[in-house]
Amino acid sequence: MAVVSLSDAIRELVRNGDVVALEGFTHLIPHAAGHELIRQGRRDLTLIRMTPDVVYDQLIGMGCARKLVFSWGGNPGVGPLHRLRDAVEHGWPSRLELEEHSHAGMAAAWAAGAAGLPFGVLRGYTDTDLAARTRVARIACPFSGEDLAAVPAHRPDVGIVHAQRADRQGNVQLWGIVGVQKEAVLASARSIVTVEEIVDELEPRPNAIVLPSWVVDAVCLAPRGAHPSYAHGYYDRDNGFYVAWEAISRSRDRFLAWMRRHVVETADVGEYHASLRQTVLA
Amino acid sequence: MTGYTADEMMAVEASRRLAEGMVCFVGIGLPSLAANLARRTHAPGCVLVYESGTIGSKPVELPLSIGDGELAETADAVVSVPEMFAYWLQGGRIDVGFLGAAQIDRHGNLNSTVIGPYEQPLVRLPGGGGAPEIALGVRDVFVMLKHRRRAFVSGLDFKTSVGDNVRVVVTDVGVLEPVDGELTLVAVHEGADSDTARAATGWELRVSEDLRETEPPTDAELRALRALRTKGAAA
Repeated sequence: MAVVSLSDAIRELVRNGDVVALEGFTHLIPHAAGHELIRQGRRDLTLIRMTPDVVYDQLIGMGCARKLVFSWGGNPGVGPLHRLRDAVEHGWPSRLELEEHSHAGMAAAWAAGAAGLPFGVLRGYTDTDLAARTRVARIACPFSGEDLAAVPAHRPDVGIVHAQRADRQGNVQLWGIVGVQKEAVLASARSIVTVEEIVDELEPRPNAIVLPSWVVDAVCLAPRGAHPSYAHGYYDRDNGFYVAWEAISRSRDRFLAWMRRHVVETADVGEYHASLRQTVLA
Repeated sequence: MTGYTADEMMAVEASRRLAEGMVCFVGIGLPSLAANLARRTHAPGCVLVYESGTIGSKPVELPLSIGDGELAETADAVVSVPEMFAYWLQGGRIDVGFLGAAQIDRHGNLNSTVIGPYEQPLVRLPGGGGAPEIALGVRDVFVMLKHRRRAFVSGLDFKTSVGDNVRVVVTDVGVLEPVDGELTLVAVHEGADSDTARAATGWELRVSEDLRETEPPTDAELRALRALRTKGAAA
């Protein structure tokens, strides 16, 4: 593990065609890392995430993705993801293959991936049309014979999450809604964690998860790097942004103009935030 | 207090079905409004569980997303998402699960995946999320859905979740409950009748012989409801 710049981490650890997971269940979504993937023009990615929302809409709309593995794709509390819909319904900017699961199935696949098991097991998918459209098999419990669902484990090439902080040795600490952050890091061959701050010492916090430095490949400082998502204890969710995204993302032209101004033509998360402030003031 | 919206009527009717001590799996929007209303009125001990991993959340304002910080700060416990689905939902510890959808059929099966064929959809919807296993894993499923012909259909475009545990469907026209395995209109809201419901249903709707009229929201319910709706645009 090393504390490195986000652009170096993405350059060295993410390749075109990789299976990549940027996880975060509403909280701690690694937007800054997603933006860096867009700036560096990564292509043909298979993107995994339980709840693809705005950052995946951006990656899909900018042509970074070949396939999406997911269980719920929307703008939470607001509406659909227009770029995701455009890709699935009209193939713009390119066709997007879907592998669709339920939340329980995705959660089981993450837990299995973290455990190094080939598949996760759950009571699920029963009698739904989803079962025929996804990678899931029925198995019998070897002890009771109960009919259960098996889902293949998630084993991404790269797992990317955001966290509150790390120490100088690269030990990572995160708390609040922890989602599948730990599982995404442990299940992945390589991992990148962006953090709000780097501190001399991690003070213990109730209910916090610590990812030891030796399970993380790169720790990158990215203050406000979850925006418009949030970092518990640092800043709140920018609900106004999620509402505004509905109009920004609805047309291809406005979406592309917005992405150029705030992502492609900015160098990093600091410039991204500065460009947003300018838009508000303009 | 005069006048109330269709959404308010739905939230109030759903909230009345929640009792003290019930453990509810809550989605965002109307279900969150209904469950929080119950907690503010007749069922303060109703336990709200959000799929982001918060158990026993007591938000003061309604959240926009199921993972807003306030849900974690006011929770009795915050668990990981794999734990939420494996230990708590699959473990059989949730009494009531709320679901919405784009389409429902007469058996309470729901579609939140696609309109049109799966491979070439007319409308790609967000997808099932927690619904497939919520529908299987809770004791009682409560559905909240606007009563429209395009939503109440004779055949689903896609079956995202099964209707076996659906106990009630609260709409902006009235209330449906399963009778002999088929959703049947058992109550209508003020100003609606069985013809209103039939006209908004895409199958030959069965109507109970004891069709009731629901109680309009009380002043106290409306006051509590409106005090909650100060944040976000979801509800």
